[in-house]
Amino acid sequence: MESLQLLVSGLANGCVYGLIALGFVLIYKATEALNFAQGDMMMLGAFVTLGLTNDHYWALPFWVSVPIALLLMGAFGYLLEITLLRRMSGQSQIAVVVLTVALGFIIRFLAGAIWGHEPQSLESPIAGVNVRFSGLVLGLDEVAVILVTIVLTGLLYLGFARTRLGLAMQAASQNQLAAYYMGIPVKRVSALIWCLSGVVATAAGILLASKGSIDPNSGFLGIKAFAAAVIGGLGSLPGALLGGLVIGVIEPFAARHVAAGFSQVVPYAVLLLVLIIRPSGILSQVRDKKV
Amino acid sequence: MRTVFKTSYDADLGLFVHRYQAFWYFLLLAVAIGLPFVMNDFWIGEVALMLIWAIAGMGLMLLVGHAGQPSLGHAAFMAVGAYTNVILQTSLGWPFLVSFPLSGCAAALAGALLALPTARLHGIYLAIATLAVSILAEDGIVMLAPWTGGVSGIFAPDITIFGVGFNRYVNAPGFYWLTLGVAVLVVLGYRNILRSPLGRSLVAVRDSEISAQATGVNLARTKAVSFALSCGVTGLAGALMGHFAGVFNHETFTIFLSITLLMMIVIGGLGSIHGAFLGAIVITFLPLAISIVREFLNERFGTASVMPPGIETAAFGAILIAFILLEPMGIYGRWVKIRTYFELFPFCRRDMFRRQRGYLRTERIR
Repeated sequence: MESLQLLVSGLANGCVYGLIALGFVLIYKATEALNFAQGDMMMLGAFVTLGLTNDHYWALPFWVSVPIALLLMGAFGYLLEITLLRRMSGQSQIAVVVLTVALGFIIRFLAGAIWGHEPQSLESPIAGVNVRFSGLVLGLDEVAVILVTIVLTGLLYLGFARTRLGLAMQAASQNQLAAYYMGIPVKRVSALIWCLSGVVATAAGILLASKGSIDPNSGFLGIKAFAAAVIGGLGSLPGALLGGLVIGVIEPFAARHVAAGFSQVVPYAVLLLVLIIRPSGILSQVRDKKV
Repeated sequence: MRTVFKTSYDADLGLFVHRYQAFWYFLLLAVAIGLPFVMNDFWIGEVALMLIWAIAGMGLMLLVGHAGQPSLGHAAFMAVGAYTNVILQTSLGWPFLVSFPLSGCAAALAGALLALPTARLHGIYLAIATLAVSILAEDGIVMLAPWTGGVSGIFAPDITIFGVGFNRYVNAPGFYWLTLGVAVLVVLGYRNILRSPLGRSLVAVRDSEISAQATGVNLARTKAVSFALSCGVTGLAGALMGHFAGVFNHETFTIFLSITLLMMIVIGGLGSIHGAFLGAIVITFLPLAISIVREFLNERFGTASVMPPGIETAAFGAILIAFILLEPMGIYGRWVKIRTYFELFPFCRRDMFRRQRGYLRTERIR
C-alpha cells in the first residue's frame, strides 16, 4: 500500500514535470529551438494566476482568473516570439540557449520584484481536499494534475497529428524553406507555437502552485523537465509525458530506498544512462534520411 | 590597405600573418606584463580573475567553437581541476608546480572518460548529457566529503614556487603574472593545435561529421581528444580559480558556472581565441560596471529604496540578449567588421558582412 501511495504521488509530480516538458517539446518540435526559460515561464504563469486569485492581491474568483492568466501568458509567449526569437532563426542552437537563459534571468527578476521572493501557494478550490479510493488517500490536486496532463497531452498529440495547423508546424520544423515555398505561414506558425507553449506552461504552473507552493526560483524545475523531455525522446509529446513520469516516479522511490544524500542524483544518473544506451531517448524521433 | 604576398608555405603556417600583427600582439603582452605597475591590488585581482575566465573559456572554446560539441558541464571539470590541485598539495604535500599540471591531466582524463560513452550523442543531446554530468558532479563533491570537505568546503593553500609566495592577497601582482603566464602558454598551445592536423580535423568535424568521416577523420578519436584537451585546459583554470577564491565548496561549481562559461564564449564570438578573452572581459567587468552604475545612481538620485534586489542579474540578462540580437557573431565578429572597414578604407561596402539568410532544417532526420 505504501508503495502504491508513493507511486501515485510520484505520478502526480511526474505529470507536472511532463507538463513543463510538454511546452518545451512543443517549441522544439515546431522550431527546433530549446527554450531554457520554459521553467521560468511556468513560474511566471503560476504567479500571474496567483496575483489574480489570491485574497492578498486581486481576489478574483479562481475560475475567472485561470482563463485570464492563460490568455495573458499565451500573449506573452506570442510577443516573445515576434520580438526576440524570430530574429534568431537560422542561428545556432547555442545562441538560442543563451538567449533563453538570459530571458529566464529577467523573468525571475520580474516575478521577484512584483510578487516577492517568499514561497506562496495558490488559493485554488482543488488545494487541500482529499479523495479516497479504497484505502488510498489522494489529494484532489494530485488527481487534477494527472487528469489535466493526460487530457492536454492527448489533445496536443491529436492536434499535431490531425489538424492542418499541426501538420504546418511539423512541416515548418522539418524544413523551413520548403514549408515556406508550400505556402505555410512559417512566421505565424512559430509565433503560435510559442503562444501555445506559454499556455501549457501556465497550466503546469497553476497545478504546481495549487499542489504546493511557488517562489521565483521554482523555474529551476525546468531543468528536471528538460531531463524528462530528453529521456522521453526530444520532439515526442507522449515521450515528454513518459519522461516526466519516469523522473517523477523515480524520485520518491529513490528518496525512500536510496541512502540520504545519494537519492537526489538518481534522476540525472538515469538521464545519463538513457542517453548512453539510447542516444535519442526512449521514444526516439531521430530517423535516418532516406536517399 | 595591406596585402600579404605569400611566397612560401611557411607563410600559411606562421603564427602571425605579418610583422605588424606580431608587433601589436607583443605590445599587448608588454602592456599586460606592466599592468601591476599602474593598477592597485583590487583591479589587478579582477584582471587576474578575467584571465582565469579566459583560460576556462579557451578550454570550452576548443570544444564548442572549434570541434562543435556543445557542453553545459564544464563547471564539473573546473571542479575536478580545483579539487585535484588542492588535494595533491594538502594531503600529499606536493608542490604547486607538480600538482597544477596534474590537476589539468586529471580533468583531461575525466573529459576523455566522459567522451567515450557520449561519442554517439550529437548537438543538444550532448549538451544535456553534459548538463547532467555537471549536476552529478555538484552532488558528487558533497558525497566525497572525506576528500573534498563537502559542504563546508576546502581551503586552497598558498602557492609557493622556489620560495616565492603567490598568495592573491599578499602578492597580487605575483598571482596575476602567474595567471598571465598560464594564459599565454594556453594561447600558444591553442594556436599550435589549430594549425596541426588535429586542429584541422576538429574544424572538419564541426562543419560536417559526414564529410569529415569521408575524408578519413576518425570521428570517435577526434571527439575524445577534443574533450580531453578542452577539459584539461578548463581544469587548469579551475585550479587557478581555487587559489583565487581561497576557499571553495560544491556551490562554487554549480550548473550556473557551466552556463556562464557557455554565455561567455557566445558573447565573445564562437570559433576564435579572441572570443574567449573578449567574453571573459564582459563576464568579469560587466557585473562590476553594473554595481558601479548602481551606486552612482543611488548617490546621485537616492534610488536605493526603489531599486529592487536582483536587478544586477536582470540587467546582465538584458545586456546578454541585446548582444545576441545585435551581434550574433559576438564581440570578435564586430571587431573584425570594424577592422576590415579601416583596412579597406574607403572601399568597404555595406553588405560585405551580410549573412546569407539561414533556414532551419530538422536535426531529427539525418
